[in-house]
Order: sequence, then structure tokens, then C-alpha cells
Amino acid sequence: MSSLLAKRKSASGPGHWGQTTHLLGTIAPGILWIVFFLVLPSFYLMSIAFMSNGPYGLPELPLTLQSFRELAGFGFLGWSPGNLYTLARSVWQTLIATVLVILIAYPLAYYISTQPASRRPLMLLIVVVPSWTNQVIRAFGWMNIMSPDAPLSDLAASAGLISSEMGLFPSNFAVVLGLVYNFLPFMVLPLYASFERLDGEIVQAAHDLYARPINVFRHSILPQTLPGLMAGTVLVSIPAFGMYVIPELLGGGKSMMVGNLVASQFAEASNWPLGAAAALIMILATLGGLMVLRRLGQRLGGGKEVVL
Amino acid sequence: MTNSETMQAEAAEAEAKRQTDKPPDPYAEVRRNATGGKPREASAISLRGVQKHFPGGVVALEHIDLEIEAGEFFTLLGPSGCGKTTLLRILAGLEDATGGAVAVGGQDILRTPAHRRSVNTVFQSYALFPHLNVRDNIGFGLRMRGVDRDECQRRVDETAKFIKISDLIDRDVAQLSGGQKQRVALARALINEPDLLLLDEPLSALDAGLRSQLQVELSQTQQRLGMTFVFVTHDQQEAMVMSDRIAVMNDGRIQQVGPPEDIYERPANLFVARFMGHTNLFPVERTGDGSLDTPLGSLTGCGDCIGSHVLIRPETIELLPPEEAGDNRFRARILDRLYRGAFAEYQLECGDTRIAAIVSNRGQRQYDPGEHVALTVDSSGLVFLDE
Repeated sequence: MSSLLAKRKSASGPGHWGQTTHLLGTIAPGILWIVFFLVLPSFYLMSIAFMSNGPYGLPELPLTLQSFRELAGFGFLGWSPGNLYTLARSVWQTLIATVLVILIAYPLAYYISTQPASRRPLMLLIVVVPSWTNQVIRAFGWMNIMSPDAPLSDLAASAGLISSEMGLFPSNFAVVLGLVYNFLPFMVLPLYASFERLDGEIVQAAHDLYARPINVFRHSILPQTLPGLMAGTVLVSIPAFGMYVIPELLGGGKSMMVGNLVASQFAEASNWPLGAAAALIMILATLGGLMVLRRLGQRLGGGKEVVL
Repeated sequence: MTNSETMQAEAAEAEAKRQTDKPPDPYAEVRRNATGGKPREASAISLRGVQKHFPGGVVALEHIDLEIEAGEFFTLLGPSGCGKTTLLRILAGLEDATGGAVAVGGQDILRTPAHRRSVNTVFQSYALFPHLNVRDNIGFGLRMRGVDRDECQRRVDETAKFIKISDLIDRDVAQLSGGQKQRVALARALINEPDLLLLDEPLSALDAGLRSQLQVELSQTQQRLGMTFVFVTHDQQEAMVMSDRIAVMNDGRIQQVGPPEDIYERPANLFVARFMGHTNLFPVERTGDGSLDTPLGSLTGCGDCIGSHVLIRPETIELLPPEEAGDNRFRARILDRLYRGAFAEYQLECGDTRIAAIVSNRGQRQYDPGEHVALTVDSSGLVFLDE
């Protein structure tokens, strides 16, 4: 946003102050909103993370790093890896779910884009419709489908994947499945937009210039769909990383993610500083993930900036 | 920047380059390298009964037979939907023929996938890879064939010099103008030294001035390389300026094949005549005494001509003062005169029939609208045609 402002300023010059103030006037409500409801609360949260835990779970002075120590597993009873497991599991499940979503959505979006224009809206609608229902209700649906005596669990048990008395839920598998199901539309839509604009002549040019099929994909299809792929990855992985409802319902106590850790510290455990510290770590991990994604996008896109 | 400014800038650029480096044929070395020291032989192309039927009964190509000579600039000319682009795509391997055979340099290529054919294409939209810069775009084909980086670099530089785009080599393709993109697309195809270069209306997106400049450049390039070019266009002027031979196509069939003069002066049928821009086409009927009845009047002196229509090319018509009567002279009234500099274009009315005439501005008397003239037809220049 600042670069946009700078551009406008340098383009307009000193004689065009009216334009700049006009622009400022237009974006001011947005900026105020962000300052009051994102920047200030974030600073507040950060400050809580460095406070000590009071007798009733509320933050108190003095400032301390105690919460971060606790988050790393150093408690009253010595070191335990529980929190670190939760963090690692969040990262791991997010990665698996995002990769699976890409693997499903990429061919699906391509397929929809090859259909006659009159049929595409309906197909996109079918992809999107599930997300019109509340997440909680859909999670309960999956709980039914994957409960111990349900057909899907029986099938898995007879295939020897799980023992017969335990269902597919609650488990890490159920959580990943829930994440994939939940976030699929967020990958399909931006990818579809990219595929719809795909320049077929560029693909043919790669064929024509001696590229084998794998190189045709690498050099003509992937770069053209990269913006959609990056947008979809951000839209899927970041909310998935902070997901609360799905691990809570489909993971039971077995498959907690960072979101659940934060929630439990603010609610049941009454340890606000620890919750704030976990939230802070979550935000930093998200930013780190975004930076990795950006690098990856630049590499795949031949050194060009891919707007996230 | 306006179009004319861009054109001037580009023309100046090209001129500056011409003066700084003028080796006789910088590409000769590229050619020798590609073939291990021997100058490259151009390849002849032979099409036998090539067909393309789309599912649903649509026929794009109906039994195409063509012989394209080695080193020839061959043009497929026709209106949109005539099958010329389909034929080009079959040559490129981007579309499968439903029947027939295509041989390049004596070898059948129809079963060879596009990426193994020594055939390259300059696409209508140029189709440059947007994530690669100019250098990597030009070198793409070599890299895909496993040419090592240094060799690739060297040949890209040579080709860029040959096409006169050395100064663009590190640019992003998004920063190029239409004419520059066209040159990069040409370099990207030429660097691979294909047996056959296909050009799919590569000039149609450019403005008129740049277009005629590139028409000249393109045919000069082809002559210097001696490579076989197959060019697709719907513009008959462009086809006539550039080609050694032209195949006029319509409805998936070839209507006529020949050098530009033949196609223009002796069209094989009414479609070709109309497509080449001829308007002076009149139905003829043979009368008992050997003369021909036309809407203009009776034509004599063309004994054994067969055909339902006659083409009177506008430049074969002579306009004389009205009092000069005689055979094949018809009284006509000038409707309009368009002054074109080197010549004047007349619209005349002869009875109820309209006819166009082109008269050189050198030593010819000019007439004004409303004047009457004796329109003189040279019977040796008449072309008789059928539907």
C-alpha cells in the first residue's frame, strides 16, 4: 500500500496535492480499521505474552519470558514435549492437507476450465456449495461417517488399516480429511481463474520448441497458473494452520493444533500469558510460512514477483 | 508514444544497427555450426491427401495435395475458416490429420509428436513465455534439446545479432513492443534451424507501417537463410509481396497454386478472382457468330475461350475520348475518380454495369466524373473463369 502511495505521489508531483489527499481520504477508513482492530490488539496480545500469570489466569506484571519457557515444555514437573508436539503437528497437518488440496484441486480446476462455458458455473457451484453450510455441522457429519460402527470405518477395518473397535475418528487422519474437505473450494476457485486465462498458444509453443510433456507443464502451464496456485496455497494453508473447529471435533484430544492450544489456555487452563505466547508464535510461524511461499513462487516463476 | 513515433524509433534503431555491424551473412556460421561444418540443406515438403474431419461431420481439410520446394517461401492464403491454419497446425504436429501423409525432406512426420519434429512455428500471438526474459525465450528450444549453457548463450547472441535484437536480449518480454515481440518470436524459432518454419499470421497484430517493414525483413531473412517457410495469411497483398508461391484455399480445398503473378493475373476460378480483389467479373454468353455477350456489350477476338465469367483486370482497360469507336470499345460514364499518386482509380458506368479501371498517371489523359469515355478492353488480357 505504501508503494502505491509513493507511486501516486511521484507521478502527480507538487502541483497535485489534491489528488493525494483525495487518495488518503479514500483509504483512511480502511487504515483506521486496520489500526484499531488489528495493529493495536496485536500489540496488546504481544505485551500479554511477556507478562506473568496471575492467580486467576489474568496477566500481571512483572514482565517475564516464563510463558515462552512453558510453551517450550518446561513446567513444574520438568520438561514435557506436549506443546512442541502440538506445534509440530499443526505444521505437519497443514502441509499434508495443503499438498492434498493442491493435488485434488489442480486437475479439478483444469477439468472445469476445459468444459463448455455453459456448464462451468454449475460445476463451480457444486464445489462451493458445501461451504455454505456451517463448518461445525459439516464436522459433525464427518464424525457420523467415520464413527466406529459406520460403513467407512468398517471398510477401513476390513482392509486392515485400523483395528475394528476404533473408528476412523478421532484421529490425525480425520483432521487432515476435514481440513482437505473444508478448504478445497479456496484452492479450486483461484486455480480455475488462472486456468481460464491460460494462453493455449504458449503451451503449444513449448510443445513446438522440443519440450517433453513434463517440460511443457514446467515451463508453460505451471508459470501461467502460478498466481492461482500461490493465492490458493495462502488461502488454504494459513487458515488451516490456525484451525480450531476441525481438530477440536474430528481430532478429539488426540490431534490438537495450535488453535486449540491457544483456546484452551484462554478458556479452561486460565493462563492468558501462555495463550498469548502461543498466539504470537502462531503469527510468527505464519509470517515465516508466507516468506517461504514467496521465495518458492519467485523460483518457480523465473525470478518474478508473484503477488500473494 | 504514438504508433508513428514507435515506428520511427524502431526504424532508426534498425538503421543504427545496420551501420554499426555489417558482416555479409552472420548467420552462415550459425548454419555451419548446426550441421557440423556443412551448409544446411533446405527441405522439401510433400503433402499427400491430407484430411481433417472433426467429430460431428465438420470437414476442415478435404484431400490436400501439395508439393513445397526446398527453400521456398510458400504462402497459404484464404479467408478465415478455409482450413489454412488447420493445415499449418498439422504440419507443426499440434493437430492430428485424419488421413493422408506429410513428408519433410522425404521422411514421413505425421506419427512424430510435435516436440520431436524439426518444425518450428511463429505464433499469431507470438506466445512468448512470460516468465522468461528475451534471452531465455530465444534459447528455449536449444535448452530443451540439451544444448549446453555456453553453446546456447553463444548461439542466442548470434541469432539476436542476425535478427537485430541484440539490445533487447536482457529485457523482460512484458516490456517489448509488438514489433519487438514479433522479432523475438522469429528468433526463437529460427535458432533451432528447423527443416521447416511455419508462420501463422505473424504480422496481423501490427500496424500498417511496421507491417510492411517486417514483410520486407521477413522475406529477406528467408532468402538469406534459404530455409523453407510456410506462411499463413488472409491478406492477399501480403501474400503477393512475400511469397515465391501461393496456395489459395477455400472450404478446406486448395483452389489454386502458383506464383503471385499467376494467381493475380490468371485466377483459376471465380473464388480466387474475388479473393484477390478483382471486381470486374461479368457473366458471358456465347453467341452464334463467335462473339461473346457480356453486360458491357459484345466482345470479339477471343475465339476459343471457355468459362461462364470473364475477368477484365482494371489495369488492362484503356480510357479513350468518347468519339473513338471500334471493336471492344464501349461508351461509359465516369462515376468517380480516386487519385492514388502513381495511378488513378476510376469507377465507370457502362449501361447498368459498373466497372473499375486503373490508369497510370504517366502521360495518360485524366477524366473527371460525369465525362463520357470510350472504354477499351484488350482482348488478350481477358481471363475466362468458372465457378
